[in-house]
Amino acid sequence: MEFFRYTKTFNFMGKSKIAMVLSIVLLLGSYLLLATKGLNYGVDFAGGTIVQVKYDTVAPIDTMREKLKSNEIFAGATITEFGSPDEVVIRMKTTTGNVTVDVGDITRESLKGTGNYEIRRVDIVGPTVGAELKEKGIMSLLLAIIGILIYVAFRFEWRFAVASIFALIHDISIALGAITLVGLDVNLDVLAALLTILGYSLNDTIIVFDRIREGVSGSKKTDLTDIVNESVTRTLARTTLTSLTTFFVVFTLFMFGGEIIHAFAFTLLVGVVVGTYSSIFVASPILIWFGFDVKNYHVKLAQKAKREAEKQRMRDQYESGVM
Amino acid sequence: MGKLNYRIVIFSLAIVFGIFFSVPSLFQLQDGKKVTLGLDLQGGLHMLLGVKTEEATKSRIKSITASIKRFSDRKDILIDELKFDESSVSFALLDADDTKQMKEYLAEIDGAKISVNGEVFSLILTNEEIAKTEEEAVDQAIETIRNRLDQFGLAEPVVARQGKDKILVQLAGIKTAEDEQRARELISRAAKLELMAVDEDRFARVNNMSDSDAAEYGDVILADAKHPAIKYLVKEIPILDGNMLTDASVGFDKNNRPLINFKLNAEGAEIFGDFTGKNVGKRLAVVLDGKVYSAPNINERIGGGSGQISGNYTVMEAKDLSIALRSGALLAPIYLMEKRSVGPSLGADSIKASMVALIGGFILVIIFMVVYYRLAGIIANIALVANLFIILAVMSLFGATLTLPGMAGIVLTVGMAVDANVIISERIRELIYEGKSMHRAIEDGYSNAMRAILDANITTLIAAVVLYVYGTGAIKGFAITISIGILASMITAILGTQGIYQMLESKIQKSKNNRLWFGIKG
Repeated sequence: MEFFRYTKTFNFMGKSKIAMVLSIVLLLGSYLLLATKGLNYGVDFAGGTIVQVKYDTVAPIDTMREKLKSNEIFAGATITEFGSPDEVVIRMKTTTGNVTVDVGDITRESLKGTGNYEIRRVDIVGPTVGAELKEKGIMSLLLAIIGILIYVAFRFEWRFAVASIFALIHDISIALGAITLVGLDVNLDVLAALLTILGYSLNDTIIVFDRIREGVSGSKKTDLTDIVNESVTRTLARTTLTSLTTFFVVFTLFMFGGEIIHAFAFTLLVGVVVGTYSSIFVASPILIWFGFDVKNYHVKLAQKAKREAEKQRMRDQYESGVM
Repeated sequence: MGKLNYRIVIFSLAIVFGIFFSVPSLFQLQDGKKVTLGLDLQGGLHMLLGVKTEEATKSRIKSITASIKRFSDRKDILIDELKFDESSVSFALLDADDTKQMKEYLAEIDGAKISVNGEVFSLILTNEEIAKTEEEAVDQAIETIRNRLDQFGLAEPVVARQGKDKILVQLAGIKTAEDEQRARELISRAAKLELMAVDEDRFARVNNMSDSDAAEYGDVILADAKHPAIKYLVKEIPILDGNMLTDASVGFDKNNRPLINFKLNAEGAEIFGDFTGKNVGKRLAVVLDGKVYSAPNINERIGGGSGQISGNYTVMEAKDLSIALRSGALLAPIYLMEKRSVGPSLGADSIKASMVALIGGFILVIIFMVVYYRLAGIIANIALVANLFIILAVMSLFGATLTLPGMAGIVLTVGMAVDANVIISERIRELIYEGKSMHRAIEDGYSNAMRAILDANITTLIAAVVLYVYGTGAIKGFAITISIGILASMITAILGTQGIYQMLESKIQKSKNNRLWFGIKG
């Protein structure tokens, strides 16, 4: 099968202005959402308590609310359906420090008389732990970005590194925007998904950049835009295919992975789409705008080759004993 | 069969390794190393506990105070106004002749700074000593909790230090909320046993006294364990505490109600004997965790150093309490910082859901690859299956924990591992379009694709490693599976598939059927 065989070179960079407008609109929209509605931090980062209760019939949410009202520990608690009508999640901002009797135990006691239920999950995250997890989370995103920046700068050139970081920030921002739009709880799993997007989107970008690198050093062409268009076109089949296979699995995860993995899968789903788009329409144009100079690069490559040759000559001389 | 080459040898070894070491986990064999399921998949309790280390310093001061009192009683040294606060003790020495003897005794106390101002002695713990005490309190809490859980009878409890003063406790295999609460009670119980003298002179006024009134006489007011309304006035400085306890076990009284028998060590027995001998007719309060369990009359000197704690408990409670006493008191109280508790049924649901996603995604990718690439797709699929086995084998060997995010990582690996083969196959197709022979196209296709695959994999690995270092709990599992998946794909998807092509080289050269091999025309 050759669905994705592209024989003529597409003028992707000619569309980069339209893409830029689209990206800016998406980015502004995301930042606006983040600024107004804000991220909905879950218990992992904000601290608080989650109690997941499963009934053997439809959960009597109103009766539950009524029962929980009697104890002030549940002030401000929200009860929402979780995946199916017989399963609910009670979310509270409060936590308890007592090891022996905690909010989970109190909930179990308070719900007595609402039917047959089973407490399936209790998550209590104290405020100091939440703050620490948040700090570590932000640290991990920053460290991953810095590590990648250094690696790409080392393997390619600094402009490639900066362009790929722009693409990453673009992807993460839009993913965060989408999370805010849907109102998902941001927990550790979402952070893991964001880091995966980081890796995935970069994967895509690097495949394209590798072609550009190859095109730059291999061809006589000096117009970067032409080289980029050609490289993107030549990797397009791969980009489409891998995005599709990854999309398949993430989509099955999203559909059948269960409620617990829902936020994770959703974030990835957005990430796969945005990451694919950004490697073509964000990272590559930025490389051009940064004025990556093909001629200069050729000169540098030539100099590097010369230095290598010189070194080799010295080594040969040394080995043959002529000094 | 085609010719053997080093690639196919390594690939075959990897497959054998993968299958061999994943068998124990796949079939849940008794023997062999297996993957541990995370608490989120098998159900269980995860807790992060904080230690109130400042309480350990306080209790160290309290026991120094008690020993000063015992020393002066024994040597008939008259002291007055023996007082203590958070980190210091002070008292007045009435007879200056005893100064030398008292100074010698105090000098033996580790980590304390002693100053004498006229007749007033004061003893302050040094900062190093406080730090050491706090450090020891955490160590001791870990040791104690581990001891208690070992005796509780759960399989492989995890008790580990986190950071400076936090303790991680992980209990797998807790089945019910009642079991969980019992385990938590056992862990958090201070189990601080104190034998205290009842202040008989002022006891009658106990109900009209405030805590500060009591403090003026060096007393404290403690409530009865069974009937909180009943108050006891006891001397604040205990006669002895649980440090000197050597054993505790469940026994029964004459009405067949459970009680706890305890034994003291030689030093404790001596102190106990001395005290009871001198205080016949008075009462002795048995205090556990700040509550009075009984306050029997001392009828005669009690030697032998054993005693009983009677209370209104069930056999189960008495058993847990004796475990707690035997494992020693917690020097400092602990509190809950984080708790994650997953019921076994939820864990089972999560396994089911993620297996459906894994198998579903896997089948979709497999079919897609065959339809699109024909034989090249089948070769890529062999590599993919091998990859899954290797992930499982490596995890089993290292006893790594498979969590729900870890499952997601495996699902994702399925999508990303075929990426290498897609890149290679597309490169090969390109070269065939250019008119290269299939043999040349395969050779060059691999070398052209290599750089891109390496760079892409290494950057993903960077993100995964950061996630492992900074991630907590279940998230670490995601980083592990992704990392192993990427590394394994270097052997399977790159080395292995090229080995297969090399092995089939003669067939490829004969067939010249591009459609069959790479799914393209011509």
